[in-house]
Amino acid sequence: MPQVSMTVNGKPATGDVEGRTLLVQFLRDTLHLTGTHVGCDTSQCGACLVHVDGEAIKACSIFALEVEGAEVTTIEGMANADGSLNTIQQAFQDHHGLQCGFCTPGMVMSAAALLKENPKPSETEIRDYLQGNICRCTGYHNIVKAILAASGQETAIAAE
Amino acid sequence: MPKDHGIGASTKRREDVRFLTGDGHYTDDINLHGQAYVHFLRSDVAHGRLVSVETEEAAKMPGVLRIFTGKDFEAVGSIPCGWLITSRDGQPMQEPPHPVLAQGKVRHVGDPIAAVVAETYEQARDAAEAIMVEIEDLPAVIDMKQALAEGATKVHDDLKDNLCYDWGFVEENREAVDKAIKEAHHVTTLELRNQRLVANPMEPRVAVGDYARHNDESTLYTTSQNPHVIRLLMGAFVLGIPEHKLRVAAPDVGGGFGSKIFHYAEEAFCTFAAKQLRRPVKWTSSRAEAFISDAQGRDHVTKIELALDKDNNFTALRTETYANMGAYLSTFSTSVPTWLHGTLMAGNYKTPLIYVNVKAVFTNTVPVDAYRGAGRPEATYQLERVIDKAARELGVDPLALRRQNFVTEFPYATPVAVEYDTGDYNATLDKLEEIADLKGFEARRKESEAKGKLRGLGVNCYIEACGIAPSNLVGQLGARAGLYESATVRVNATGGLVVMTGSHSHGQGHETTFPQVIADMIGIDANMVEIEHGDTANTPMGMGTYGSRSIAVGGSAMVRAAEKVIAKAKKIAAHMMEASEGDIELKDGQFTVAGTDKSLAWGDVTLAAYVPHNYPLEELEPGLEETAFYDPSNFTYPAGAYACEVEVDPETGKVTVERFAAADDFGNVINPMIVEGQVHGGIAQGVGQALLESCVYDETGQLLTGTYMDYAMPRAGDLPSYVVDHSCRTPCTHNPLGVKGCGEAGAIASPPTVVNAVIDALQSGGHKVDHIDMPVSPARVWQAMQ
Ligand code: FES
Ligand code: FES
Repeated sequence: MPQVSMTVNGKPATGDVEGRTLLVQFLRDTLHLTGTHVGCDTSQCGACLVHVDGEAIKACSIFALEVEGAEVTTIEGMANADGSLNTIQQAFQDHHGLQCGFCTPGMVMSAAALLKENPKPSETEIRDYLQGNICRCTGYHNIVKAILAASGQETAIAAE
Repeated sequence: MPKDHGIGASTKRREDVRFLTGDGHYTDDINLHGQAYVHFLRSDVAHGRLVSVETEEAAKMPGVLRIFTGKDFEAVGSIPCGWLITSRDGQPMQEPPHPVLAQGKVRHVGDPIAAVVAETYEQARDAAEAIMVEIEDLPAVIDMKQALAEGATKVHDDLKDNLCYDWGFVEENREAVDKAIKEAHHVTTLELRNQRLVANPMEPRVAVGDYARHNDESTLYTTSQNPHVIRLLMGAFVLGIPEHKLRVAAPDVGGGFGSKIFHYAEEAFCTFAAKQLRRPVKWTSSRAEAFISDAQGRDHVTKIELALDKDNNFTALRTETYANMGAYLSTFSTSVPTWLHGTLMAGNYKTPLIYVNVKAVFTNTVPVDAYRGAGRPEATYQLERVIDKAARELGVDPLALRRQNFVTEFPYATPVAVEYDTGDYNATLDKLEEIADLKGFEARRKESEAKGKLRGLGVNCYIEACGIAPSNLVGQLGARAGLYESATVRVNATGGLVVMTGSHSHGQGHETTFPQVIADMIGIDANMVEIEHGDTANTPMGMGTYGSRSIAVGGSAMVRAAEKVIAKAKKIAAHMMEASEGDIELKDGQFTVAGTDKSLAWGDVTLAAYVPHNYPLEELEPGLEETAFYDPSNFTYPAGAYACEVEVDPETGKVTVERFAAADDFGNVINPMIVEGQVHGGIAQGVGQALLESCVYDETGQLLTGTYMDYAMPRAGDLPSYVVDHSCRTPCTHNPLGVKGCGEAGAIASPPTVVNAVIDALQSGGHKVDHIDMPVSPARVWQAMQ
């Protein structure tokens, strides 16, 4: 079986994989990073979203071997160094942007990628960006609110 | 000022921290030592006779431990249905067996034929492809009316026909209703379909079976809303394992919406196979599998007639519904179109005569069961659509017509067997008019028209029966279960508490809200209270979470147990302070003696309970732990009014939701933030049903919408922000918290709101369109305009 090596959440990670092993399987089954979820089999739901070399990638749509040597960040790598919630995570809690929590890791990773690209997105831009992340619980209202808050746009929420 | 703790505070959720950092613990995160994996080989035809299933070659493939077929389950019980419905003629419903693995016939695409257990999931899947199955195709029975036609192919050969039951309610009213409709001044008739939906919680189902040789105990980890019910159904009816040898645990569950209430074949399989193979057996559903194995929702075809007198008072209502059961009877399938639907047909109105007829039909499709709202959305949709149509036919304001017919005096006994305890439907409608700015609608309509768009306003009311349910009542109605809830409150020596509840959280936030209640009762910090749920090993027998019952029934059980704890603690405090029990007060975590300055802290008393040196041992046992089972004396009746404004593009037929507002009366509210979140989620599912979602089979029974590329899940860009309000409160009169439940309101009230708005938009453009079936897709709207 081929071996794959990458950096995950700042730490080196190596493991044996099959050619068909997906990145999400490698993360969950080999590295036991079970925060990355699988919600579909057609790359539609975004529950598996991680960052690979800073880019938002659906970990169900890429083989582990394809990310050889890359820097991968998962939800487990998002908190502040002291373990406290980072700004986006905190905003999700403050604004009740999650219920069952299953879509949440993907939502947080997606939000982080959006804010890197566009630090002050409008509500419409947020909704457009989240097209690849399905949440069945929240109706998105509070997710949008959380992302607006995380981007320092509390006023946009107050005006609602 | 909003409260910052206890009941009424928007306390942030403690469970969020683990979900936000990847530390959630879902069933698929469980991997046991020595675990094997199962892959189910499922039927790819909707109906056929199983001629042969050859597993010999496949069994030799690498890693295969064993292949199971229907034969292995001949001595195993059938998956039971939890509710017996009696037909109009007094006969019990037709109840076919539901084997764990198909026996003799396959009856829907996805029906499991064989199960391969192997060392790895990939090996199991590879081997399944090598199984040779010969099926003799039979005609698929898909359309309900064709299924009931003379000579139709039978889904179950041993049944008389494809009719599960023909239910009439209230049967004694039938003739009076017929007469009232015949003699009415005006009758409005509407035929509609409440389309089939797929619940689609984001976490697919998972089951891990385990067996311990040393004590002969089986354990099932499963994605369930009600682990105790699964233990009872699977243990007693399917596998014959007594409860004391069976543990069922549902850890973090990624949403349910009804679809994780039911006992499924895969749960029984993993538990059974683990014992046979002496190894843990794990199944993780793929999304594609979920579409053909999770029980689906709705699928009613209805004709509704509303009779009015010359003053526009509702005088009678008659409905005839065909309800699709699918190929087998899922756990609560039979109760959904009947008791959960018929009893709600009065809505918010004082219609004196109501008759509901429901024909439940077997077809070669995936079984149908409860999905968020379950029966109540179907009732509300018909009723609120027909009222809107009646208003249009009569040329009266749809809101005025509703107000005129509102029930205004409580308690109110409906003609469909339930008694509303409290409500104020004018108050929620007034509130809605304000928060939705209905006065501003005409101006907004002009703006839309200036852009070449048609704008419509849809408003409607709803009522639902929640807090399911009084056991003696549902027993009379055919339920094969009690519907109480339980809680054990265990106080530790140093004053912290653990509440073990039979209720289950799969997103609702019990771990936050339940402690808010206890904190208020005792006057301690909510962080001193821990909630345990979801594991039959450490929670009392409870019925789980569905039907917006957690706080109304589960919360009430917790309050009753906490009251017992407090009563005992007061006795201990009285002894310690040498006072009489009746003089002891508990406030802010301090016991005081009325009229003195004596006091003891909560922790002093709890410590004494476990270190009983100065303790009335002759009268009182040591320890501080109490259990309560709470059986509600009635349902609760949340109600409210919803408004939606849509824009329709006359060029393409595309509908966009521009504004959405909801005014709900949930009685008392424990955590407003969580309540609002529940309403948001319900609205999204309701708007999803109205505009996007539909589960479609072709005439051969192939599922055409089996992935997220074909089944349109609502996404962030499909939905607006919502304005929600729950300030109108008529507390429930018969539970200790005065709460009513909020989980299903949005999903119940939203579909008619959206469809009413679309019809209003089309009418405003001069299109004489009375109805469009959901989902109101661009194609359907465009066609309706032609
Ligand atoms: S699991 Fe990757 S998009 Fe759904
Ligand atoms: S919080 Fe449950 S799917 Fe988003």
